Amino acid sequence: MDIWNPKLKTKPSPEAVLNIFEGVDFSELEKPLLRPRTLMNQLLIALVTVITLAALVPLFSVVVMLLLRGGRNLSLAVFTQLPPSPMEEGGGFGNAILGTLFMVSIGSIISVPIGVLSAVYLAQSRIESRLANAVRFAAKVLTGFPSILAGVFAYGALVLTLGGYSAVAGGVALSILMLPTVILTSEEAIRMVPSKIKEAAIGMGATNTQLIWMVLLPTALPGILTGVMLAIARAAGETAPLLFTALFSNYWLGSAGHIDIMQPTASLAVLIYNFAGMPFENQVNLAWTAALVLVLMVLVTNLIGQFFSSRQIRQ
Amino acid sequence: MIDKNVISQSPTRLQRTADIIFRFICNTSAWLTLLLVVFIIFKIAVTAFPAVKHYGTGFLTGTTWDSQTGEHGILPEIWGTLFTSLLAILAGTIFGVSAAIFLSEGFLGQFIFSILETCKLEIRPLWNKLPERCEDVLKNLIELLAAIPSVVYGLWGLFVVIPLIRPACNWLNMKLGWIPFFSTTLSGPGVLPAVIVLSIMILPTITAISRDALAAVPPKLRMAAYGMGATRWETILAVILPVAARGIVGAVILAFGRALGETMALAMLVGNANRISVSLFSPANTLAALLANNFPEAGPSEVSVLMYAALVLLAITLVVNIIGSLILQKASAGMEGGR
Repeated sequence: MDIWNPKLKTKPSPEAVLNIFEGVDFSELEKPLLRPRTLMNQLLIALVTVITLAALVPLFSVVVMLLLRGGRNLSLAVFTQLPPSPMEEGGGFGNAILGTLFMVSIGSIISVPIGVLSAVYLAQSRIESRLANAVRFAAKVLTGFPSILAGVFAYGALVLTLGGYSAVAGGVALSILMLPTVILTSEEAIRMVPSKIKEAAIGMGATNTQLIWMVLLPTALPGILTGVMLAIARAAGETAPLLFTALFSNYWLGSAGHIDIMQPTASLAVLIYNFAGMPFENQVNLAWTAALVLVLMVLVTNLIGQFFSSRQIRQ
Repeated sequence: MIDKNVISQSPTRLQRTADIIFRFICNTSAWLTLLLVVFIIFKIAVTAFPAVKHYGTGFLTGTTWDSQTGEHGILPEIWGTLFTSLLAILAGTIFGVSAAIFLSEGFLGQFIFSILETCKLEIRPLWNKLPERCEDVLKNLIELLAAIPSVVYGLWGLFVVIPLIRPACNWLNMKLGWIPFFSTTLSGPGVLPAVIVLSIMILPTITAISRDALAAVPPKLRMAAYGMGATRWETILAVILPVAARGIVGAVILAFGRALGETMALAMLVGNANRISVSLFSPANTLAALLANNFPEAGPSEVSVLMYAALVLLAITLVVNIIGSLILQKASAGMEGGR
């Protein structure tokens, strides 16, 4: 009797079920732990577990060191004072925080409009569009672009032609690094907009522009903001593109309420780099505190981005 | 009363013009992105041109860097870049792929369950969600590694890693100094600290992309392997990894590209010494670190030489990145039929 037949009306008798397993050696199916195959299995599980946990050790070490060495010096003065000169005690990095914020803003002002509009073009283009594929490819190439080369480019294009290190050159270098993140995440977000909403708008006679401004962009806004936040977080932590575009400065950006954007500008990341190599205890401690502040800034920006991404409407 | 004329009216001339203008603006932005990449390459190449003409290919094989005599060569930097990146890729792949397997195969759930069971803590209501939650936490922790700025890693390497490994390295040099890898002492910055920090920095890239590749393996293959009596690891090693291999290779190549271009951690940890050595403990230099260290003080004559070095770095990373992206594209295309 075929007991597995689903059309069978009557329940098979227990004997019939047992009969099926006649001749099966159950001991063959059980796996003692010491058999080579099972042993290998368990050993590899243990190995992978240990390796994965070991990969997290550096993260904890970095966080603990930041809190211990950086947290020790954390005070209000650090945010309001200027970097100390060698052998001087105290001091802070207020100008570097402002410089970082300022240059990241310049980077955002350049990269966000271009990035979002390119993303609109990509999301609205046909699949076989050559230009769209080329732009997507260019964005991917830029994602893996070494950050120092953005600095080299800004040096060649701006520092040499404008005749000096400036916040603008730093901001332009950062915008090159932000652009691909903005493009790729915004395109993803615009494509995520449910096609029903899109078709409803087209059905009501919306023009392309109305569709984009009144339907696609508002619906995709959380996703786009996620991308912008990720890009800002990345740019805020970048050092290499600023090293020889914005250089560093021991003074405030401009004076008496008037901002000078053509001057060398301080940034947190470059301050950490400069102070880490100094033989003075005070400077090294300030570098750790600046690192703590920088990591907190980057993490908060990332968290804001994640918050937006949880609000994205998905198809 | 609805005014039919408003609803059914065709777009006004103003709306139509706005449509055309907006489409034109979007198109221009897309072109701008494309032109930016071309312009970056063009700009670096043009500025480097005098040096390319002056030094020719001898620049790639020269070993001295002396601004006084104007003698420039970047063979030690090319060697240092490849040496540190390859070592970092070796370590990063072992750790990154293991973490990806750990995250995608549900070992974490098993691990937690076995701990809870031995502690006799069986919280039934949370039982089913627990592994997923923990996997999310672990995934975010590994992604957090990528969020930490590289200059902070450099600082950490300088003040934590180097003092930590120096005694062990010098002991190895004393006992096993005849092995070329251990032939010098570690007196501060050097290849090994740089490689350790570099491998930590590329680990999130490898883990994230390989995890996607592993998750994209069609479940029926796994079921078939289990059905034939394979153990879990036999399934992973003989079925899942080979199927996901393309994606994992793509991840490793992209991470390699990232390691080649990484600047700050290396500029702080590698030692900036213009020499070629296979010793893990000797200082070395990389292309990116060379640029970072020399650009701020470069005179007009040296800028062109540095641009030449930047051009070489650009060429290497572009080729590696394009190969990586192409492999990943093929990998995801190949996986689509298996669903």
